[in-house]
Amino acid sequence: MNGDMTPILILVGVAALLCAAMVTLSWVLGPKKQTPYKQAAYECGVAPSGSAMERFPIKFYLVAILFVLFDIEVVFLWSWLTIFKDADLPFQIFSFWAIMIYMALWIIGDAYVLKVNAIDWDETTSIAPEKLGLPEASFESEVRAAAGAPIGSPVAARGGQ
Amino acid sequence: MNLDQFKVAPPSVDWITLLPVILVASTGLVALLIEMFRPKQTNVAIIWTSLIGLGVAAGSLILQMGQPSGDTFAGMALRDPASLVLQLVLVGVCFFTFFFSESYLRERRIPFGEFYPLALWSTAGGMIMVSTENLLMLFIGLEVLSISLYVMAGMARQESKSEESAIKYFLLGAFASAFLLYGIALVYGATGSLHLDQIARAYALNDGLTEKLLIFGVGFMLVGLGFKAALVPFHQWAPDVYQGAPTNVTGFMAAAAKVAAIGALYRVLSGAVDLSGTWMPLLIIIAILTMTIPNLIACQQKNVKRILGYSSIANAGYILVGLLAHLQSPDKIGIETTVFFLVSYALVTIGMFALLTLNARDGKEGTELSDFYGLWNRHPLAAGLMVLFVASLIGIPITGGFFAKLGIFNDAVNAGLTLLAIVLAINSAISCYYYLGIVRAAFVAEETRPQPLGSTMPPGLRFTGIACAVGVLGISFFLTPIQAYLSGKDPNAWTNPPATASTGPSENLSSSTTNPSPDPDPDQDPALTNPGEAPPDQPPADQPPVAEPDEQSPQESSGEAAGESEGTGPAANPAPSR
Repeated sequence: MNGDMTPILILVGVAALLCAAMVTLSWVLGPKKQTPYKQAAYECGVAPSGSAMERFPIKFYLVAILFVLFDIEVVFLWSWLTIFKDADLPFQIFSFWAIMIYMALWIIGDAYVLKVNAIDWDETTSIAPEKLGLPEASFESEVRAAAGAPIGSPVAARGGQ
Repeated sequence: MNLDQFKVAPPSVDWITLLPVILVASTGLVALLIEMFRPKQTNVAIIWTSLIGLGVAAGSLILQMGQPSGDTFAGMALRDPASLVLQLVLVGVCFFTFFFSESYLRERRIPFGEFYPLALWSTAGGMIMVSTENLLMLFIGLEVLSISLYVMAGMARQESKSEESAIKYFLLGAFASAFLLYGIALVYGATGSLHLDQIARAYALNDGLTEKLLIFGVGFMLVGLGFKAALVPFHQWAPDVYQGAPTNVTGFMAAAAKVAAIGALYRVLSGAVDLSGTWMPLLIIIAILTMTIPNLIACQQKNVKRILGYSSIANAGYILVGLLAHLQSPDKIGIETTVFFLVSYALVTIGMFALLTLNARDGKEGTELSDFYGLWNRHPLAAGLMVLFVASLIGIPITGGFFAKLGIFNDAVNAGLTLLAIVLAINSAISCYYYLGIVRAAFVAEETRPQPLGSTMPPGLRFTGIACAVGVLGISFFLTPIQAYLSGKDPNAWTNPPATASTGPSENLSSSTTNPSPDPDPDQDPALTNPGEAPPDQPPADQPPVAEPDEQSPQESSGEAAGESEGTGPAANPAPSR
């Protein structure tokens, strides 16, 4: 097809072959002595405990998502300001109001996040019980149960569901 | 750095064209602000604000209907008859969904005020999708529509089915969005533009590589949009998502997402009409599969939401037939029948799902077929409305569904797509089986559970049901003006749009019953109502007038119903939870 792409294709092929050969050969030829210590999961020298399939609070994801929002905001503002300082007046006025509308939307969203306590770490104390998906009657007992349990245990994780 | 390219005048903006979308989106913002500061117990202020905002948006759409077509904002937004009518349908869908949502959400124990802003933004996204020829705007509209829907689908957080629905919809939806975006990127690579009318121009260059890029690009975009419209190879998500999501969300999803996706499909295919030699055979196969497979599966289903999910996939197939007929011979056959089908479909869908919310009690919903046994005794009005909507879904004369199917059948025959027309007719016959199964559950079967479900019908739900019923019956009177308006023959014929057809319910009902065939087209009637199926269908079609005098009975029985539901509520609770 395109002659100038052929060397790259050959390189990709050689690389794939080489990798496959190294992995396969060491797997076939290497000695296999299994011991319990070798088969154990490595956790920085600490003895592994519990299941890796543990549920952990959704708060981490919420903070990550909010961080992305702040990040994107800076990306927009930076690129806009780069253009803004050299642009002519009609464009400046137009883009200024466009960015102001964008910022207003962003601020409303941010105010909402703060108002519903989405980044309040201990949500069992701040969010209305129906928003946790718990029946109101059993809510108090859930909180009491969750207070004594470590983070990530099934009872506490129900709060973050 | 060379910044000269930014020393240009900002695009001239026709704010009137953008106004409806801006209104709906900012109503969503206001609704969110109210949600933030509301007194914790009630959503009433949010609902009324939303309804007023939607009403103003609908008004601004109606006032634009005499205006000339054209695009603005550097080609980002477009105003033409199809976009105005489809936007009006979307606004109407949102409006009616809000009317019956609150009582249902309270009954399901998920009275989150966030539902309303999310639905408004979703509507705004759909409105962007149907009123643009710019691919990037189309993508943004699709994402705004979808992301709101993902959240709403998972709104019943304590239910694993709802969570399953949200995660399925989200994963598959993200996958489909990626397809759409790849398609857009390829089309951009081929044409150097994101505007759909550039596809034809690039195709005219007759360059081999460009053509390949275009075909792949359009193909990927069809996959993405086909997912949103639930066309058959991409439909697997639909039944599960429809069943798991809260019923009002399902209704909104089935109506709004479909209208928006079909609107976008129409724009994309119209832009790529020069390539129709490539995609037409493919889409004909897809249309046949989309009509046939869900109809066959639906016959086995026991859950009404699932049945309606499959039915909505099949309806997407019927709509696709109309779209293909238009694209096969764009000069001869207009888009009117497809748009008319969408209007009728949206009315029936919202009405039908509104009725399904009736059985929700104590945080559980009752959407199995067996939950509707004996509905006729409990809710005569609801049962009557259900018969009317089912009649429209089957396509029995004087309902909107009949004229819509007739028009599409007619178009398919005129465009030379006789095969599709035949498959459509056969599938209308097959679909009678499961549609009539719903009616059977409501009327024929005896109530099986020892303690019947309550029998009050919330006023919002009653209004939605009656308004949709009036729309379904009355829309046939607007058939001619809609067609005239959309085909651009006589813009002045547009006097009274369908979304506001709820002005005179009793008047419309009586006139439609005295005049059974307001727009007769006798040549095609037998072909659509189908051999062997027409006679048993007639009694249900006569039911709506019967339902009228029974309007009082829910009120009469509401006293004892309240006592009943109080008595049965706690007692009935432990049994289902086990």
